[in-house]
Amino acid sequence: MMGRHLREGVKNLIRNSWMSVASVGAVAITLLILGAALLIAFNAQQMSQYVAGQLQVNVYLKQQVTKAQAQQIVGEVQNMPGIRSVQYVSKEEGFKQLEQMIGTQYHDVLGGLSQANTLPDKLIVKAANPQDTVTVAKEIQAVPGVDKVDSGQQVVNRLLAFLSVLRNIGLAFVLGLLVTAMFLISNTIKITIFSRRREIEIMKLVGATNWFIRWPFLTEAMLIGFIGAAIPFAILTLGYRSLYVHVGGVFPILTFPLLPVSAVAIKLFGVMLLIGLFVGIWGGIMSIRKFLRV
Amino acid sequence: MIEMQNVWKNYPNGTIALQGISVHIGKSDFVYVVGPSGAGKSTFIKLMYREENPTKGEIFVNGFNIGRLKPRKVPLLRRSLGVVFQDFKLLPRLTAYENVAFALEVIGAQRQIKRRVREALDWVGLVDKADVLPEHLSGGEQQRIAIARALVNNPTVIIADEPTGNLDPETSWGIMKVFQRINDRGTTVVMATHNKDIVNTLRKRVIAIENGRIARDEAKGTYEYED
Repeated sequence: MMGRHLREGVKNLIRNSWMSVASVGAVAITLLILGAALLIAFNAQQMSQYVAGQLQVNVYLKQQVTKAQAQQIVGEVQNMPGIRSVQYVSKEEGFKQLEQMIGTQYHDVLGGLSQANTLPDKLIVKAANPQDTVTVAKEIQAVPGVDKVDSGQQVVNRLLAFLSVLRNIGLAFVLGLLVTAMFLISNTIKITIFSRRREIEIMKLVGATNWFIRWPFLTEAMLIGFIGAAIPFAILTLGYRSLYVHVGGVFPILTFPLLPVSAVAIKLFGVMLLIGLFVGIWGGIMSIRKFLRV
Repeated sequence: MIEMQNVWKNYPNGTIALQGISVHIGKSDFVYVVGPSGAGKSTFIKLMYREENPTKGEIFVNGFNIGRLKPRKVPLLRRSLGVVFQDFKLLPRLTAYENVAFALEVIGAQRQIKRRVREALDWVGLVDKADVLPEHLSGGEQQRIAIARALVNNPTVIIADEPTGNLDPETSWGIMKVFQRINDRGTTVVMATHNKDIVNTLRKRVIAIENGRIARDEAKGTYEYED
C-alpha cells in the first residue's frame, strides 16, 4: 500500500515539475543557510574551548615591584595548582622585544627612551589544562603586586559575541524562509490537488478511505521536504570536507581544530532532515485540510 | 435496502430541497425517480450515497444510518453501492480496463483484480475495448465502462443519476438493457431520469418528486411530464 502512495507521490511531483522545483529550491536554500549556521555554531563551541586555552595569560606587574619581588611572584605563581609554565619577561627584555617588533627602520622613534622605560614587568603564564585558563587568570589577579591580567578571554568573548549575532541574524532569516518554503509547498500541493480533483472525486465515490486519498499528497509534500534537505546536506558536507582537507583540519587564523566531517555530518543530517520533513508535512497538511475535503 | 422516514433537507442558502420524504425501496427493486428540474430529485439521490447529509429524518441504506454515519465510515457505505452519472466521470488518461480496475485499487483490493475487471467488462459487453482510452470510445461505450466500474465491487444497489442524459435514444436503450440485466441478477436499481420514452416503455416503479415531496409512487408507473 505504501508503495502505491510513494509511486503516486513521485508522479505528482513530476507532473507539476516547475512548482516542485520551486518548492524544493525554497526548502534547499533555507536549509543551506541553516546548515551553514549550524556548522559555524558547532565549531564555535569547539573554538571557544581551544582558543581560550591557547592564548597565554599575560600578567603585568605593578611599577613599584622590584626585581626581587618579581622573582617571588614568579615562584608564587609557579606553585599555584594547574600551572604549566611561567616565563618572566623583565621590563628591559620587554623593551628589547618592542625594539625588535618595531624594527631597525624606525629605531629612532624609541631614541633614548630606554633610560625612561615605563614598560611593566610581565609574566607569561600557561595553564596545564587549557579550559582552566580563565580560572587561573582570576587566581593570579589576586596575587599582591599584580597589576593587570589579560587571559585572552576577552578576545574569545568578542568573537563569540560576534558569532552569536551572526547566528541570530541567520536564524531570523531561516525562520522567515521556512515560512516561505512552507507556503510554497502548500501551494504546490494545492495545485496537485486541483489537477487531480477528478480522480479524488471518483476515489471518494467508489469508497476509498480518506487516508488513502490523502497519502499521495502527503508523500509528495514529504518528498519535497526530503529532497530539499538532501541537496543542501550534500553541498554542505562536501564543502566542509574539502575545506577540512584543504586546511588540514585546523582553522588557519585561530589554529583550533575543526570538528571532523563525520561528527558534524550526522548532526547536520539529523537536524536538516527533521526540519525538511516537518516543513513538508506541515505545508502538505495545510493544503490537504483546506482543499481536500474528504 | 433503502428506507427513508420523514427526511428533510435544507441547504445553507435557504433552499428547502426535501420536505418530509418517506419511502421504502426493497431488494431487487427497479425504481425511476422522476420530476421537474429543481424539485429535489438530485438531493434525493445524493442522500443515498451520503454526498449530502439529511437535515432531519432517518435514512438507512444497506444497513448504514446515513444521518449518523461517521465520516470515517462513509467509504464502507460507498463500497456497498455503485454510482453512475450523466457525465460518466471516467479518467481520461486511463484505459477502459484501468478505469474499472481503479475502483478496486483505491479501496485496497489486491486479489483477483484482473479477473474481476474482466468479468465486469464482460457484463457490459466491452471486453474487446479493454485497452482503449475513453476519448476513443463512443458515449454509450463510455457509459458502459462507468457501469462496469460501478459493478466491479459487486454492490447490492446501483444508483444512477440521469445515466442516459447525454446519449441519443438508440444508445440509451442499449444502456437500459444493461441496467435491466443488472436488476435481473438481483441488484437494486435506483435511477433518476428525464427520459419519458424509457419510463413509459420499460415500465417500472416510478417515484415522482415535486416541490420536495413525493407526489406519486406507483408500481409500473408512467412519466407524465412534458419535457
